[in-house]
Amino acid sequence: MEKLLLLGDEAIAQGAIDGGMSGIYGYPGTPSTEIAEYIQHSKEAIDKDLHREWSSNEKTAMESALGMSYAGKRAMVTMKHVGLNVAADAFVNSAVTGANGGLIVVAADDPSMHSSQNEQDSRFYAKFSFIPVLEPTNQQEAYDMAYYGFELSEKFKIPVLLRLTTRLAHSRAGVVRKPSKAENGVSLPENPRQFVLLPAIARKNYEVLLGIQPGLEKEAEESEFNTYIDGTDKKTGIIACGIAQNYLLESINGKEFNHPILKISQYPIPRKQVNKLLEECDEVIVMEDGYPVVEEMLKGYQEAGTKIRGRLDGTLPRTGELSPAVVAKGLGYDVNEGPAVPELVQSRPPAMCTGCGHIDVYTALNKSLAKYGEGRVFSDIGCYTLGALPPYNAINTCVDMGASITMAKGAADAGLVPAVAVIGDSTFTHSGLTGLIDAVSENSPITVIISDNFTTGMTGGQDSKALGRIEDIVKGIGVEEAHIRVLKPSKANMDEVISVLEEELAYNGVSVIIPRRQCIQTMKNKTLAAKIAELGLK
Amino acid sequence: MKTDIVLSGVGGQGILSIAATIGMAALENNLFLKQSEIHGMSQRGGDVQSSMRISDKEIASDLIPLGGADLILSVEPMESLRHLPFLKEGGWLVTNSTPFVNIPNYPELDDVHAEIKKFPNHILIDADAIAAEIGSRKSSNIVMLGAASPFIDMPFETLEAGIRKIFGRKGEAIVEKNIEALRAGRDFTQKNK
Ligand SMILES: Cc1ncc(C[n+]2csc(CCOP(=O)(O)OP(=O)(O)O)c2C)c(N)n1
Repeated sequence: MEKLLLLGDEAIAQGAIDGGMSGIYGYPGTPSTEIAEYIQHSKEAIDKDLHREWSSNEKTAMESALGMSYAGKRAMVTMKHVGLNVAADAFVNSAVTGANGGLIVVAADDPSMHSSQNEQDSRFYAKFSFIPVLEPTNQQEAYDMAYYGFELSEKFKIPVLLRLTTRLAHSRAGVVRKPSKAENGVSLPENPRQFVLLPAIARKNYEVLLGIQPGLEKEAEESEFNTYIDGTDKKTGIIACGIAQNYLLESINGKEFNHPILKISQYPIPRKQVNKLLEECDEVIVMEDGYPVVEEMLKGYQEAGTKIRGRLDGTLPRTGELSPAVVAKGLGYDVNEGPAVPELVQSRPPAMCTGCGHIDVYTALNKSLAKYGEGRVFSDIGCYTLGALPPYNAINTCVDMGASITMAKGAADAGLVPAVAVIGDSTFTHSGLTGLIDAVSENSPITVIISDNFTTGMTGGQDSKALGRIEDIVKGIGVEEAHIRVLKPSKANMDEVISVLEEELAYNGVSVIIPRRQCIQTMKNKTLAAKIAELGLK
Repeated sequence: MKTDIVLSGVGGQGILSIAATIGMAALENNLFLKQSEIHGMSQRGGDVQSSMRISDKEIASDLIPLGGADLILSVEPMESLRHLPFLKEGGWLVTNSTPFVNIPNYPELDDVHAEIKKFPNHILIDADAIAAEIGSRKSSNIVMLGAASPFIDMPFETLEAGIRKIFGRKGEAIVEKNIEALRAGRDFTQKNK
């Protein structure tokens, strides 16, 4: 079959296309973004007209995918790990409804927080929801698991979580394709009440969900993704989850190493193999790129008195991603580091681009707020979060998408007036709307700045659902027209921006200021230029 | 055959094009390849790094072990020093001499160059000047690839073929400029190593 050079993310996308998927849903977020982007650009996907538009947020994406599954077709949802928090209500309940057409939820976790607020491990959500997990070790497995994941989902009528971490998502290697499968046709669930989670039905469904767990465990025990390499030295055994296996093999390359190794890439944990390892070995080291999920589970799993080592006893560091060096040290090997980094090397944090409109917004905001004192700017997640860094030092919070408007409201409720929210256009339609409704319904004294750059900038310039709609949405929610102020943030226009800000900061109610200027990174995007012209936004 | 390369620079300086070119060449040579890249937040003017592993045997880890890189290829001088713990004994440090200054506390350039010159196996090349001479300022990343090419265990022609594939969409003129840049970088190293 054909061999392609693909990122881990792209391998999942190609595996889904070849596995007969009819639609992908998702919201951008590093390190997951390239999965949907690959499908958006794939000629095959375009020819088959697979669904491939971005959704407003992860919850709407998850629910749309569940709707496609209800209708009998195969669907995939993609998100970064914190996106699963947004989609969690739908995710956890989708285990209780079960699937009809195959349904794969992809969560890309980011241990070491290369581009994230935390390093939560999505496998916890799956355990919590009784959903099986596939965790690829390499790009080929990423492809194979997307392909197989639909089969697993349809066999047990349950959504499947495909979990990977940053390094695999963003690493390229050769991938061999499988024969392409046809899409499913539309077919309703056999049981017309399967998706109606009224308590009486949900209780039955929950029994079904618990009932399939032994079958899922057996499937994991027999899975070709879970491998057992036996070894003669049973003092120590190793469990390596997903990508940890690569670092393990790298570390023992060329060394005398005769310990048994169980690689786990399909969950529920394959009990048969784990028990064998625990019975035969005096101690077991568990290696996971993420939280000590398996390690904690094993502590309550075994009767043999085997010592469990890993992140919890300090054999491996408690936080951060794994690497060949971290794994080698955990095995007790000396790591031969190269030369030290000279002291003169300075850190180089990311920054807003020269010429970015957000910069002008912060320059004006800092000036207008000077007389009120510090600590009153509630920001959100996007390029404008970089306004936290010098020389701007312009924001005081960044928590989760949508938290700017709601936190400003709470602070204003507490008496911190004026309170300012700074949010981007894409984050506003992701989860800012509902918070604005709360503020309007109480006429809270907050000033909301929706810094509109026509795109989802931080993740690489994906479409923004807010394009051309912000004023109408804000008006529809009930913000008074006199306090909806659109303006252009630029050096030339600085006086106007400052005076509008000053007026609205002094207003004792909800105002929305929309500084509007295109993201300079998107200037070459012809499709976007055409849309902006059509909407008359310039 | 096995070459482990750490690529470094600042977001937007084109290290992913270097990686893509080497990747194409590796495929051409039927080699195994693993290339780990940085996407997302750090691309906004922060430091970026990519690791590139090519081998005639299967490769386990996507990341290069500490002390394991045969080559650090950097398009920015201070960035070449950031990843030194990855350099193997006797490995090569190949870097652009022109700094990219987007932080207020960038060190004295002479001091940075002096740190680089402490390594017997170093190539310090003004890739920006060479690219400007060719009349293609944007190709300084490819000048750097050329400068590193003598330390990458693959026939030079396959790198040229890689350039044709990667830049082919942008037209013949751009392909030719980049091939010129690649050769100019290689010539510099052959004279100065
Ligand atoms: C729940 C969740 N989903 C996705 C992300 C990834 N993410 C971070 S910033 C961002 C884009 C924000 O776009 P916008 O608000 O328009 O601001 P811009 O970056 O364009 O200034 C996204 C998608 C996240 N951090 N959290």
